[in-house]
Amino acid sequence: MKLNAPDLDIDALLNDRSINIIVCTGAGGVGKTTTAAALALRAAEQGRDVCVLTIDPAKRLAQAMGLSVLDNTPRRVDGVTGPAGTGSLHAMMLDMKRTFDEVVEGNADPDRAQAILNNPFYQALSSSFAGTQEYMAMEKLGQLRTTASTEGSWDLIIVDTPPSRSALDFLDAPERLGSFLDGRFIRILSAPARGAGRGIGKLAAFSFGLFTNVLNKILGSQVLADVGSFVAAIDTTFGGFRERADATYKLLQDTGTSFIVIAAPEGDALREAAFFVKRLKTDSMPLAGLVLNRVQGDNEIELSAEQATASAERLEKLGADERLTAALLRLHADRQRIHTRQLHLAERFTAAHPDVAATTVPALAEDVHDLAGLREIGDLLARKRELKSRSK
Amino acid sequence: MTDVWWPGVALHVVSGKGGTGKTTVAAALALTLAHQGKRILLMEVEDRQGIAQLFDTAPLPYEERKIAVAPGGGEVWALAVTAQEALLDYLDTFYNLRRAGSVLRRMGAIDFATTIAPGLRDVLLTGKACEVVRRIEKRAPNAYSAIVLDAPPTGRITRFLNVNSEVSGLAKVGPIRNHADLVMSVISSPRTAVHLVTLLEEMPVQETIDAVGDLRSANLPVGGIFVNMTRPPMLTSRQLQAARSGTMSVVAIERSLNEAGLTGDSTVVTALMHEAHDHAVRVDLEARETARIVELGLPTFMLPLISEGIDLGGLYQLANLLRAGGVR
Repeated sequence: MKLNAPDLDIDALLNDRSINIIVCTGAGGVGKTTTAAALALRAAEQGRDVCVLTIDPAKRLAQAMGLSVLDNTPRRVDGVTGPAGTGSLHAMMLDMKRTFDEVVEGNADPDRAQAILNNPFYQALSSSFAGTQEYMAMEKLGQLRTTASTEGSWDLIIVDTPPSRSALDFLDAPERLGSFLDGRFIRILSAPARGAGRGIGKLAAFSFGLFTNVLNKILGSQVLADVGSFVAAIDTTFGGFRERADATYKLLQDTGTSFIVIAAPEGDALREAAFFVKRLKTDSMPLAGLVLNRVQGDNEIELSAEQATASAERLEKLGADERLTAALLRLHADRQRIHTRQLHLAERFTAAHPDVAATTVPALAEDVHDLAGLREIGDLLARKRELKSRSK
Repeated sequence: MTDVWWPGVALHVVSGKGGTGKTTVAAALALTLAHQGKRILLMEVEDRQGIAQLFDTAPLPYEERKIAVAPGGGEVWALAVTAQEALLDYLDTFYNLRRAGSVLRRMGAIDFATTIAPGLRDVLLTGKACEVVRRIEKRAPNAYSAIVLDAPPTGRITRFLNVNSEVSGLAKVGPIRNHADLVMSVISSPRTAVHLVTLLEEMPVQETIDAVGDLRSANLPVGGIFVNMTRPPMLTSRQLQAARSGTMSVVAIERSLNEAGLTGDSTVVTALMHEAHDHAVRVDLEARETARIVELGLPTFMLPLISEGIDLGGLYQLANLLRAGGVR
């Protein structure tokens, strides 16, 4: 598909040594994880030392990259080298709870850490809080970045974002969790007497009283007690959750970071992409461009759906000998119609965002299971191969 | 005779991997159930306003609204639930605390409360659906015939519905615990059916199989599988075989194209043959994935790709197919 947009030059991006973080984002089900893996492999084979952080890969894709264990550490992917033995690929899957536990263990003395890990509120928070996954993805990204600069293990980190309700969650959730944990309500819960008595007006004190009262009613006093002891336990050991979240957020605004927004040529996914593009602009986060996956391939022959259908009808009247060609023409017409519709949707996006560079990846007949498949997607992303050549 | 599916179910929960069209299927299911004068509530819980977009209306408020009529005079109503609104509702219903609720909301406390307890959000959301089910059971004047819940995606569905275990880690006793028990008694009963939407692709099918396993081990009632956006093979099995093995005759096709008045040069022939090969690979993959779905032994419904994109007309088309498949 030829889009009315500047070309997104994938190889230039991957070879730009000043870029050391690439974030792949977009709606659920558009192929984010596969795209992230394909970009990582391509970058490694062009000589970069890459670490790809995936959130929730399909089993076979994970196996293709040699990730049979979910142990929250980057593992070297075998069979990947760039020119003259340079370049390498590490891959890891995020274990959200493990990452959170490690943050606790790394920041508190053993006794206190154990108290936090045993706290029921912490356990609920670390395993099912809406946003913990996003927050931990950011936390892990921060950690990988630190490892990269201290040990020089890799010079490019490619991160896949969690399958959130909205792509924006990746940006918003850490801030939400951070401000939640540093917020006034939680402070009051952890020290009700101090909070309610000092420096706040009567009305506010009344409201806070009402608030704890209501929470007690709904949740029972045990929950509030758990929250209180959790906050008291982390208070002295953490430099503030919000600061941590802020630091990672700043990392995303850094000139060494680049975002790739991924979409499929259908309404919802493109709408989501548009939201994200707008948001990146607002927050001055650097956008490399749009990858449009699963595009119904067009093969550059000038045969419209209408022409093909008319010819098929003509042939069908001629009898059995012409059936094969008629069927081929009908198949072509069908693909052409889908292509036209997709092009129309894509053009609505490019018209609204004329300065966003873009590249397209044709819909593949089969899912990707191995490095060869990822390599092929890499070629397609960088327009180094036409889809035609694959079906020999 | 066709089987009749789910006549006694009051709560239909629809989940599916992102991008499989679960909102579309939920809406089509609601239209199907609304057939012949019934009133169905279509409910969404993820702040996405997917229903409003699908029916091309203004964003839905926290208020039940009629959004479509079904053949035979039935009606589909819609409701978008947020955890905050559901909490205010809950406070009002059980504690008569609506005024206090609005003070708390202004303080940001409602937002905080629905955030503080990870399970609380889900209990409140599923609780709202169960409240509608209880209306049905009490035969209340404003009762619907059934409710269709456009639920979170497959990756989160079991946790979302299994509120009991979610809350148990948090609250061993107390009102929210009792509320969770009440919700659970509806969700795990035969009055509920959890449906899964998939595409004939490897990842969505795998997620569907995993979700069925998870739901079954949590003792949640699995309903049917809705295979969305299917496309019939456009070539006969013999033609597919030829396409697969590359044994189509270039000369014959070129001659036919000329016959049809097209300049059948070799680039056109090659392009058409590539398309046929791709199509054959795709058909094979779909057959493999279909077999994996059949193995689940669940009622399965095939819904075609509506190539013009989904609008109200498309939804009626899908609803007719579901009805023909025995969905009541």
